[in-house]
Order: sequence, then structure tokens, then C-alpha cells
Amino acid sequence: MSSPRTLFEKLWDEHVVAQPNGPRTLLYIDLHLVHEVTSPQAFDGLRENGRRVRRPERTVATVDHNVPTTPGHLPILDEIAARQIDALRQNCREFEIRLYDIDAAEQGIVHVIGPELGLTQPGMTIVCGDSHTSTHGAFGALAFGIGTSEVEHVLATQCLPHNKPRKMQILANGSVPHGVAAKDLVLAIIGQIGTDGATGYAIEYAGEAVRGLSMEGRMTLCNMSIEAGARAGMVAPDETTFAYLKGRRFAPQGADWEPAVARWKKLPSDAGAHYDRIVHIDASRLAPFVTWGTNPGMVVPVTGKVPDPAHAVTEADRLASQRALEYMGLAAGTRIEDIRIDRVFIGSCTNSRLEDLRAAAKVVKGYRVDPKVRAMVVPGSQNVKKLAEEEGLDRIFREAGFDWRESGCSMCLGMNPDILQPGERCASTSNRNFEGRQGRGGRTHLVSPMMAAAAAVTGHFTDIRGWRFH
Amino acid sequence: MQPFRVHKGLAIPLDRANVDTDQIVPKQFLKRIERTGFGKFLFHDWRYTPDGEPNPEFILNHSRYQGASVLIAAKNFGCGSSREHAPWALVDYGIRIIIAPSFADIFAHNSFKNGLLTVTLPDPEIYKLMRRAREVEGYHVTVDLEAGHVYDDMGFHAAFEFDDHKRRCLLEGLDEIGLTLEQEEAITAYEKRHFGR
Repeated sequence: MSSPRTLFEKLWDEHVVAQPNGPRTLLYIDLHLVHEVTSPQAFDGLRENGRRVRRPERTVATVDHNVPTTPGHLPILDEIAARQIDALRQNCREFEIRLYDIDAAEQGIVHVIGPELGLTQPGMTIVCGDSHTSTHGAFGALAFGIGTSEVEHVLATQCLPHNKPRKMQILANGSVPHGVAAKDLVLAIIGQIGTDGATGYAIEYAGEAVRGLSMEGRMTLCNMSIEAGARAGMVAPDETTFAYLKGRRFAPQGADWEPAVARWKKLPSDAGAHYDRIVHIDASRLAPFVTWGTNPGMVVPVTGKVPDPAHAVTEADRLASQRALEYMGLAAGTRIEDIRIDRVFIGSCTNSRLEDLRAAAKVVKGYRVDPKVRAMVVPGSQNVKKLAEEEGLDRIFREAGFDWRESGCSMCLGMNPDILQPGERCASTSNRNFEGRQGRGGRTHLVSPMMAAAAAVTGHFTDIRGWRFH
Repeated sequence: MQPFRVHKGLAIPLDRANVDTDQIVPKQFLKRIERTGFGKFLFHDWRYTPDGEPNPEFILNHSRYQGASVLIAAKNFGCGSSREHAPWALVDYGIRIIIAPSFADIFAHNSFKNGLLTVTLPDPEIYKLMRRAREVEGYHVTVDLEAGHVYDDMGFHAAFEFDDHKRRCLLEGLDEIGLTLEQEEAITAYEKRHFGR
């Protein structure tokens, strides 16, 4: 009898092709997602070396980072961005890769469309030239971000040499209170373990609070694993996973469905399986969180205050906090609810799915956006946009004064025209509050969709737990 | 891959924790489809004022550090996005080695792929290097990858750990894709076993 294994170990073992170089394992990659920003140099590399794409049918491309989100995604005024998108088109044509282009019904943020189309499935290895590839781990897949050289490697060989990470379990016990979202859970985790707390680990999220999350919530959770330093985060598949996948376009169909589910049911970690580190979180005590600084670990509950750098544990932390406060234009001791904002961004691979938009719309319904605030909603995909419009969510947002946009990464990283102006302060549902992330001099506060919606209405951070819903 | 054996170079200290790849090369420069020419965008928003002038406060602009090729950095260097543009910018600028207490995982992988050596040393050693690079004009550091040693001309000496396979790849300038392609038989066998073709 073999020893008990974790979900991660099962995924890893299943994909070992060879182990030719010491601890470096050659892993087979089931699904390779490609976008316009991190792929052009990889395709050039293939051409320079006369190599082909080994498995075009396991490779799927879309455009998301650069695309304008103005109606119809057009025009692309930025010539360099247009050239990059054109390069992807040509590369996909030349190497016979499926591309969901700007005008396709399937277009969207790569980490939104993979799950939505049923391409992402339990038991798979999934890579993409994007650090938020960890999102797909929500399905019980081993999914991680890679650089452009690795993109080239996977295109050429459908394999990736990788050293085995250590195993971390994050056990979130208790149920998440009303008004607290998956985003708050993951911000709490990063606040607790730090932005490098999981470097070198693959995280498995478990416990009652995680089991209770929808697939959208699990995706939000896994999405931000990289913000704690982990390349991969995952949740064991269960009935929630199977219910989400059933009937999706590329999920197993008909007679193939039951055997697939039977296989997936074997993936959860065995009782007694070993983890190198276990982190406990009491989810029942969580509050909505707001970041105050320039990395996602700089976070406090909405009822809290901007911390005083003088209380930092180490000198390095003190300097970092002080620098962050200067950049953010905040004084220590300021109540989070007293911080006024200029912009609201609801979107990104973290929080742009239908459930996120529903949660935000419920808050906004019957209210108007504060006259001093500019707010926008950027659905994660064309499909999310369509479904939201069928439910009338777009009308709720528009009537309140939100911009309702086409799908893309948009102001999460501001590669397209959606950026903050210097000094502007934004309540954002995205994943990174780094300096200049949303535009040079822009000040980003990470929050859940509900918290972003409430801030849009009141003009400052507002505890959603006391909200009067219409 | 550019081979790496021994390098001696001018050291520049960057004493900030959690330097993320958005700082190393901001997003507006990721739209280019080339691999080269990113050096002028390195640390862009710190290095240049909003009107495009060199920011005299930022250490990269200090005259005594011109030509630096060894970056002494703080913990969790390279966190954030997977953009390989970050090591491309560092290499294009002339950096050959980064020495820090810790690195973000994807950044370290990307650096390795570009022959940019990431050396991990404990905090006290980093502190010494950081101080010398600040206080001693023209301070040079040598890294010998084969031996796994970092040293200077003032008596500093430290050993560092490095993955054997990666060391071999760097020393010999091996192409990892080429190495994987040598496993063609194993890959085909895997595909047959799992997908029946």
C-alpha cells in the first residue's frame, strides 16, 4: 500500500515524464494558455531554432492585457499594442493555434475564459505566461505562471522542467461571516504570512470556509496565491466543482462525464498526508479588508487604521511602511473609513466573474456613484458581459453612474488606456497595489467587489456589513 | 543560454525589500515584441522624473555606480508578475549578478533562463555587502559559480548554494529546450500512455 499523498503530489506524480537531471523533473503540460504580452518572443525563439509547436491542440490563445475596453474594443490607437496583438494573430495562424480574438464571443481574460469554457479541469497541469495562472488551481489542477522562455519551452516540447515545490496547507476553519468575501479571506492570508510567506511552496487551501466557497470564490482565492509568493494554489475538487463544469463546452460530455468525475474524485488529499507547513486561519473572525500600502500584505480590516511604521517589527519593515505611506499619501493613524477615493475599478482576473458583478450590483442598486468618483466595471469576458446584461446588471451599474466596459485586463495593470492619473486614489478589486501598477503615481487599495461598490457610492471606504440594500 | 563562470564587477546596493517586477520594468514597456532594448526602461519610474529627466536621487543615476554589474538587493526581489521583461531589462542594462537574501520564484527562473545569476546569501552577509557597496567607492564583488563562492578584495568571503543542474546549464550555456527534446522518446511514451496517441 502506497503512503498517503496530497492533492499536489497526485497531480505531480501523474505528470512526471522523466527525471533526467537530479531533482529537476520533466512535467507534462495538459493545457497551455497564451496571451499577447508574454508570447511574441517565444514564437520568435521557435522560428529561430526551426522548432514547431508540439501540441497546438493543447494550446489556446486570447487577447486580454492590451485590448481597449471601450465599446467594441475599438479603436486600438496605441500602435505598439496593435502590433503586439497582430503578432499573436500571425503566430497563431502560422503555428495553427486556436485564438479567441478581440471580436470573438469567447474573448476575455485568459483566467476567466479557461474555466468558463470548461478547458480548465481537475487533474490537469496548466501553465500560462502570467503569474495569476494559479487561478485554475481552484479546480484541483496544478496551475502556475511561467516566463517567456518557459512559454517557448512548453510550445516546443509540451513539457516543463521543474523542481518540486514544498507543500503548504492553509486551513481556513469556521464559516465566512456575512459581508466577507473570498477576496477578504485571501487578503487576510497574505497579511498573515506575508508576500513571500509561501515562496517555494504549492498551497492547498482547505477547511470549512474553503469548502463553502463557490467556484468563483475559490478562483479568487487561488488567483492571489502568487501574492503570497506561491506559484500554485489549489482546492480539491468536490460536488461544487463538478456542478460548475457540467455541460461546459470543453468539459467531458455524455458518456465521458461519469468516468471523468470518478477520476476527479480520487484527487483530494488522502487522510494523513504530509504537508511541510500548515497555516491556520479562523475564517469566522474575518472582516472586510482594505490594503493601505504598496504590496498586498499591507492590509487591515475596514474598521482599522493606517498602521504606524514605528510599530513595525524590523527596521526593513519600518522603512518599507514609511515609504509606502509616502507613496500612498496617507498618515499613520488615519481611520480606513475616512479615506476618500477618486476612482473605482471592478474587474481583473481576481474579481470580474458573474458572481462578483452580481455582488457589486446588489450593493449599488438604487444608489448613485458619489459625484466626485469615477467608477467602471470591466467584465472578465464577453460571456460574463453577455450574461450580466441578460440579468440587467449593466442597467443597475449604468443607472448608478458606472462605466460599463468590454472585457479585458484593463486597469488592473493599465497596459491599455485605462489608467489612474498621478495622485488618484482607487478602490480596486484587482490583485496588486504596487507603486504605479494602475498608472504612475496612482494609489491602489485592494478590496472585494462589494467593498468597491460601497466605496463608489459613499466616496470613501465603507464597512459593507452595515450596508442598507435596496 | 549565455554561459556564466566567474564574474567580477562593480557593486550597486538597492536597499528596498519586495522590489516587484512592476518597478523593475513598468507595464507600458511590455508591448514591445522584441527581447532586447529593455535596459533603458529598467526601474523607469524611480530612475526618471515624470518629465523624463534622470532622477538624481535614485542610486542608478549616481555617477560612481555607472557600469555596475552586480546588484546587491533586499529580500523577495522580483516579486509580482511573471514578465521576463524584468531580467531582460536587467541584463540589457549590464547587470550579470543579483545577490539578495531571497528571490521571488518566477523571477529567479526567468533570470536563470537569461544567464542572469541570482545568488542567495543570509541577511548578515547581505548587510556587509550592502554597506561596503555604499561606503567604498569602486567596490567590486566577484562571484565564482563553479566553486559557489562570493568574495571581494577586502576579505569578504561567502559560499552559496546553487542547484546542480542549473549550475551545469549556466556553466556550459546549455539550451534547456534542447535538453528536453532529447527526451523525445519519454514524451511520446507518456502521451501514448495517457492519451493513446
